[in-house]
Amino acid sequence: MLLSRFQPFEWIVASRFLREGRMQSLFIIVGIAIGVAVIVFMSALLQGLQTNLVKRVLTAQAHIQVLPPKQTARIQHGTDAALHADQIQAPLQRLQSIDQWQAVLHVLRAMPEVHVASPTVAGSTLITRGAASRALSLTAVDLALYQQIINLSEKIVAGQARLDANDILIGTELAADLGLGVGDKLLVQSATGASNYFVIAGILDLGNKGANQRTGFVALHSGQSLLGYPGGVTVIDLTLNDVYAAEAVAQRIQALTHLQADSWIKTNAQFFSAIQSQSLANTAIRFFVGLSVAFGIASVLVVSVVQRSKEIGILRAMGISRGQVMRVFLLQGGLLGLGGAVLGCFLGILFLQLWLQMSRGADGAPMFTITIDAMMLVEALTLATLTGLLAALAPALRAARLDPVVAIRG
Amino acid sequence: MASQSSIPLAAPVSDLLAKPVVQLIKVRKSFNLGESTEVEVLHGIDLVLNPGEFVAVMGPSGSGKSTLLNLVGLLDRPTQGQLRINGMETTQLDDRALTQLRGRSIGFVFQYHHLIGAFTALENVMLPMVGLQGYPTADIQARAMALIDSVGLTPWCDTPSSRLSGGQQQRVAVARALIMQPALVLADEPTGNLDTLSANAVFDLFRQVNRQHGTAVLLVTHNPELAQRCDRTMEVIDGQVRA
Repeated sequence: MLLSRFQPFEWIVASRFLREGRMQSLFIIVGIAIGVAVIVFMSALLQGLQTNLVKRVLTAQAHIQVLPPKQTARIQHGTDAALHADQIQAPLQRLQSIDQWQAVLHVLRAMPEVHVASPTVAGSTLITRGAASRALSLTAVDLALYQQIINLSEKIVAGQARLDANDILIGTELAADLGLGVGDKLLVQSATGASNYFVIAGILDLGNKGANQRTGFVALHSGQSLLGYPGGVTVIDLTLNDVYAAEAVAQRIQALTHLQADSWIKTNAQFFSAIQSQSLANTAIRFFVGLSVAFGIASVLVVSVVQRSKEIGILRAMGISRGQVMRVFLLQGGLLGLGGAVLGCFLGILFLQLWLQMSRGADGAPMFTITIDAMMLVEALTLATLTGLLAALAPALRAARLDPVVAIRG
Repeated sequence: MASQSSIPLAAPVSDLLAKPVVQLIKVRKSFNLGESTEVEVLHGIDLVLNPGEFVAVMGPSGSGKSTLLNLVGLLDRPTQGQLRINGMETTQLDDRALTQLRGRSIGFVFQYHHLIGAFTALENVMLPMVGLQGYPTADIQARAMALIDSVGLTPWCDTPSSRLSGGQQQRVAVARALIMQPALVLADEPTGNLDTLSANAVFDLFRQVNRQHGTAVLLVTHNPELAQRCDRTMEVIDGQVRA
């Protein structure tokens, strides 16, 4: 006997109706599956792409940089009533140390959103080797802390990521231009006239020609004395637990410390806007695919209600309530959605695996990693099932409202 | 042919003998055809059907027989008058109560069997009881199996209903109408679509149920021979009943 005591009446009838019209059910399930597969594939692909792009941007950049406030010109207010200003000239922005930076650092580290805070000193210098000289953007860091923000060890192509008092790390292009190698000495002069000899401990590839031509790292204390900020720092670099919260956290920091806080979102506004546009496009695709799935399910069930009107009538004559008839058709919608979603998830994963196999770089390695998020699959299953239920609402109501006399008469 | 074994019903109407199963008092039924055009199909019908009665309803097409049956079967509501089933006035009941009363008290057999094609013969018989819920599956199955046996379809119990012959399907429909042990069976030309042999077999089945268990039967038929074999015949002509 096929009718089980564990299955409610609605479940039995819904599953039998679907099974009886198996070709119809199969076609709509495949249709739903293709829709869900597109959603799973596109979402995973775009998520992987975005994660990869954001990661690339943030491997050479802190999530937030905290800087001294910009200097502004203020009108002098005094006793002379005749004093007035026709024009206010913007003052020159001198590099300056962050006032009370240890206290600020303490405040920043206490914020739950902040993962790592690293004080640095940055300034322009000139390096000389023999008759040749180059401008160098020098960053003085506490290497152990800074490595947690930008992993310099990963970027070393020669030597090692080590910053003792006289060590310096420079970019590959600069090393090539000046014919420098690991262990070579070079003279670094600051704008204040101070100078110091450093030994090249490592050569870095920062992934950008411009950066490789003008970037150098020294130890914090060495940089402080060379750049004229003994005991001071000009920037505090931060990484956050949630990279996308950077702008909100930066605004909080600004309000809290009255310092300038630049988030990576603000400094890469165009990039972030592109990422957001991509997400919007993905959402639009999901919405329209969902809509077409819903209409597909609804149209199949509307046809089913018409085809089964006599059976609905006889069920009503047998004492089956309007609610039970309605639930039979709602369940069919839900089952079609769920069945299509399960198949669609498998198809989506299959498409992703194929794509990963096909889209490889020149070295044979995948262009970027794509992880299939289990939550995304659960979300797809839930949404497709709910879409099925919602799409079935109109046909189910129609079935429930059928006049049994008219339905039986046909 | 139907089996000669008895229909496995407990006597459900013994306590109802005092009350008519169906009582219609001055029942009128009109249909609104739109634009304030109303057509009255039944004109003040009075009808009493007692427990155990087997009544044939005859009349020309369009005389109102099916409308009368739909009203008695609680599938439709009278425009005026009173309609009592087992003594209960039904005109004020809501749709849910009517559905429950219909499911528990009335069995239907139509000219075109109207079995649910997605189910086997046995499952079709079980379906009304499964739908009403609250009955153990084993009991439903046992009762349905006994009914299937009584209509001589045991070898076909697991056959999809769509693969049965017309006569077999109608016998399944009769078994399905009896699963709830109703006080009343309404049959709208149940033999109209069958050959003489099958028609007689189905009629005998109704008679057997009626005699053994006192189930009242209201049978619409165009066949005068079958009508003669009923306890009494009433004729519906132009929306009025002539006994």
